[in-house]
Amino acid sequence: MIELSAFDAAAAVRDGSLSSGELFEAYRARAAADRAAGEDGLNCFTWVADSAPDRAPASASGNGAPAALSGVPLAVKDLFCTAGVPSQSGSRILAGYEPPYTATVVERLTEAGTALLGKTNQDEFAMGSSNENSAFGAVLNPWDRTRVPGGSSGGSAAAVAAGLAPWALGTDTGGSIRQPASLCGIVGMKPTYGSVSRYGMIAFASSLDQAGPLTRDVRDAALLLRHMVGQDACDATSLEFPEEIALPSAERLDGVRVGVPEELSGEGIEPGVSEAFQATLARARELGAEVHDVRLPHAPHALSAYYVLAPAEASSNLARYDGVRYGLRAADADELLDMYTRTRHDGFGAEVKRRIMLGTYALSSGYYDAYYGRAQRVRTKIAEDFRAAFETVDFILTPTSPTVAFELGERTGDPLSMYLSDYCTVPMSLAGIPAISIPCGLSEGLPVGLQIAGPAFSENRLLDTAHALERALSFDGSAARA
Amino acid sequence: MPEAAGNPVGPGAGAGANGARSNGAGAALEPVIGLEIHVQLATATKMFCGCELSFGEPPNTRTCPVCLGLPGSLPVANERAVHFGLMIGLALGAELAPRSIFHRKNYFYPDLPKGYQISQYDEPLCRGGRLGEVRIHRVHLEEDAAKLIHVGASGRIHGSDASVVDFNRGGTPLAEIVTEPDVRSPEQASEWLKLLRTTLRQLGVSDVNMEEGSLRCDANISMRPAGTSGLGVKTELKNMNSFRFIERGIRAEIERQRQIIESGGEVVQETLHFDPASGAITSLRSKEEAHDYRYFPEPDLVPVAIDDAMRAAAQAAMSELPADRAARFERELELSADSAQLLAYRGELGDFFEAALAAHADPPAPAQALANWIAGELVARLGDGEDPADSRVQASALAALVGLVSSKRVSVGAGRQVLDRLIAEGGEDPAAIVEAEGLAAIGGEDQLGAIVAAALQANPDAAERVRGGNEKAIGPIIGAVMRETKGRADGAEVTRLVHAQLGI
Repeated sequence: MIELSAFDAAAAVRDGSLSSGELFEAYRARAAADRAAGEDGLNCFTWVADSAPDRAPASASGNGAPAALSGVPLAVKDLFCTAGVPSQSGSRILAGYEPPYTATVVERLTEAGTALLGKTNQDEFAMGSSNENSAFGAVLNPWDRTRVPGGSSGGSAAAVAAGLAPWALGTDTGGSIRQPASLCGIVGMKPTYGSVSRYGMIAFASSLDQAGPLTRDVRDAALLLRHMVGQDACDATSLEFPEEIALPSAERLDGVRVGVPEELSGEGIEPGVSEAFQATLARARELGAEVHDVRLPHAPHALSAYYVLAPAEASSNLARYDGVRYGLRAADADELLDMYTRTRHDGFGAEVKRRIMLGTYALSSGYYDAYYGRAQRVRTKIAEDFRAAFETVDFILTPTSPTVAFELGERTGDPLSMYLSDYCTVPMSLAGIPAISIPCGLSEGLPVGLQIAGPAFSENRLLDTAHALERALSFDGSAARA
Repeated sequence: MPEAAGNPVGPGAGAGANGARSNGAGAALEPVIGLEIHVQLATATKMFCGCELSFGEPPNTRTCPVCLGLPGSLPVANERAVHFGLMIGLALGAELAPRSIFHRKNYFYPDLPKGYQISQYDEPLCRGGRLGEVRIHRVHLEEDAAKLIHVGASGRIHGSDASVVDFNRGGTPLAEIVTEPDVRSPEQASEWLKLLRTTLRQLGVSDVNMEEGSLRCDANISMRPAGTSGLGVKTELKNMNSFRFIERGIRAEIERQRQIIESGGEVVQETLHFDPASGAITSLRSKEEAHDYRYFPEPDLVPVAIDDAMRAAAQAAMSELPADRAARFERELELSADSAQLLAYRGELGDFFEAALAAHADPPAPAQALANWIAGELVARLGDGEDPADSRVQASALAALVGLVSSKRVSVGAGRQVLDRLIAEGGEDPAAIVEAEGLAAIGGEDQLGAIVAAALQANPDAAERVRGGNEKAIGPIIGAVMRETKGRADGAEVTRLVHAQLGI
């Protein structure tokens, strides 16, 4: 049962060959066991459901037929608000916080039939690339438990890779879906900014945050995404997706023009990753794709711009954690300022504090133009680079991460080396365009990810291309589920 | 303020250059005042969420994840608030920005659940414009803060035993109207605010109730040598909630700054609080303590793009504004400029005036006479700022009374007595009061002629002086007639008869 893709499991539930209760319990038992194992587990979950939801949701058509995703369990990153269920964004400051409402995207997936399996561990407020910045402990990589799963959606990625969940929701601000998907050997997709509602997603950087699927294969990613997209009256930045997300079927890439930017595929990419990437390009040519060199001249500045803009927004987004209304409040504070400072001192971890300080500085009077203003201009240039590139190619291909999964603790003392994990994924985030990571091989026994990026709202073509390559590459992730 | 600092103006120097001060000492300094007015908009729901506005409901019953700033919640701008903002812009003759954006104003306070206020910064909804003699700098939209209640003796957050927050008000839509520094006196500030309030009330965009806080005013105040055009160091006087407090607060601050400058000191830029009970001005924070609000564009909202349809809708929703009404009174009813402005700027008087005109009294009440009676006799008998519609006097009754007086069937003096009765008791028919009280004018050669003759006889010296050309001497004679008629005689008619009987 665990070996079924979510698509196949949903089909089996619909045709009656599989009970949704049994399916849920199979995963629930695995997730709960991992949680109960403590230091011997992967630490993917911060909360696991006690039992399946009471009733299986019917389809929206009202004909009594089971809903499209009937009974398929869904793991949800901790930062999505789920009514009455802990939603802590990996932070001590929200320890035990149970929101009174549920995020729009979780509501939509529940209506489509998914059942909430658990909440997954993450870097605190989605700030990190290794899942070591969690108040609830690090998550281990199921391919090698001495290594990180990537982050910030590390719990979601590791849970899907290890077969503790058929699929999961994550969020991506600068690579937080794609990079852990890459390090865990699964599929992760960041959709076009605005295509999925952010209402109920505990914010890191509002202009970049976007929810997306983490799945075992590309078809599952398409299926989950189909039920996620759509305009939401509660999110002013959300947009109506122009077409239905189709299930991908392409097997060939004849006539597809793919571009490889030297800026994101040359220097700094680990040799093993480079080898797997080059082999994948060769496979793309075999499938009929034309491979071109393209330039993204401003991409090397993306990380610098990102580490001004994202912390700036975060410094404001995280101001609400002040101990007044919910979450942690420092005990015995004798006046207001004391309560604020002690609450935030005790509640936030080191990386969150670092970014709040960075962002506060960047927005300060007298520095705004030099930092925030300039970073915005770089962001515009990067978006223009992509627009220009997409005039000559259909997609851009890069390695997702410059390295395979690194060892626990290897980069925690050096924030800049940690930030470099997102070197290849941040430019797409700044441009707001969709990008998917699929496993494309192994290096030293660890998964390597391929990133495919396309123009805004090109998700269907992107999924098709990813599907054709996935099929040709036939990556085997079953080792991580053992 | 380099020109004035260290160079105090001596007593008497330049006296008369500034009418705002009566004793003349240091009168060569003039105050420069700009106003910032926060107007709570009368929308159905809050600025960025679907909660209904609160009017005294139990605390924290009009809240939702958005206005409580819960994790993950997002704002969505209220279309109706934008519509009202555009109406205000049109009423003030401002330029409506085709595209404006919201910013975050970041600071920590328990009444601000997100740790930032969503406001507008360098791209506001409206720019420029004018109301009366005061130019408008800008109009922008923002959200109100929640209400803090402090338990304990201090009444403030510092030193309180506990503080509680009521989020019902949090997120109420506000329009902030900022003027250019065109105001020159406390009286002008309060008069101009009354005009603004009438304008906003006329638009129907706000309750404009100062006591309940739906209209709040801050004043930026500085001093400069009269006749110069520079700007001195300003202070900001916060949150004054009545016209009287505004006048008193500004007057006190002008006096404070004048004393500082005249004694050779320098005004320090700071934010001040005026305590109407004690009259004291205290500092809330100095420039050094000023917040760095770290403004940046609100990434959770999209720009407000004003299209032709929104502009047309705002235009269509505009009712007649005070300035237009004054012009109409002058043009169509031939009122004097003073009367027209008074009735138009105090909209409730204008409404009463128009209702009285519409009563078509018989004999008719001429418009100017009606205006004079309302602006003079009626207002004098009402409480300060009282709406005549709330008094016992009916507009039609006043029109009938003015008709009787204008046709000389009732003298002015008797008319005043009838108005006293209408104020005290109401009633629809002044003629009946005239009848019952015997207040009808005494006129005609027969009746009034005899009384005049008797008065001349009783005042031979005065009569002689009038005959000799001393018009002022007629006073005692008219006085005697009025005493005799109990004020029911028409003064002009009495004068005519005096002259006739004296053969002049």
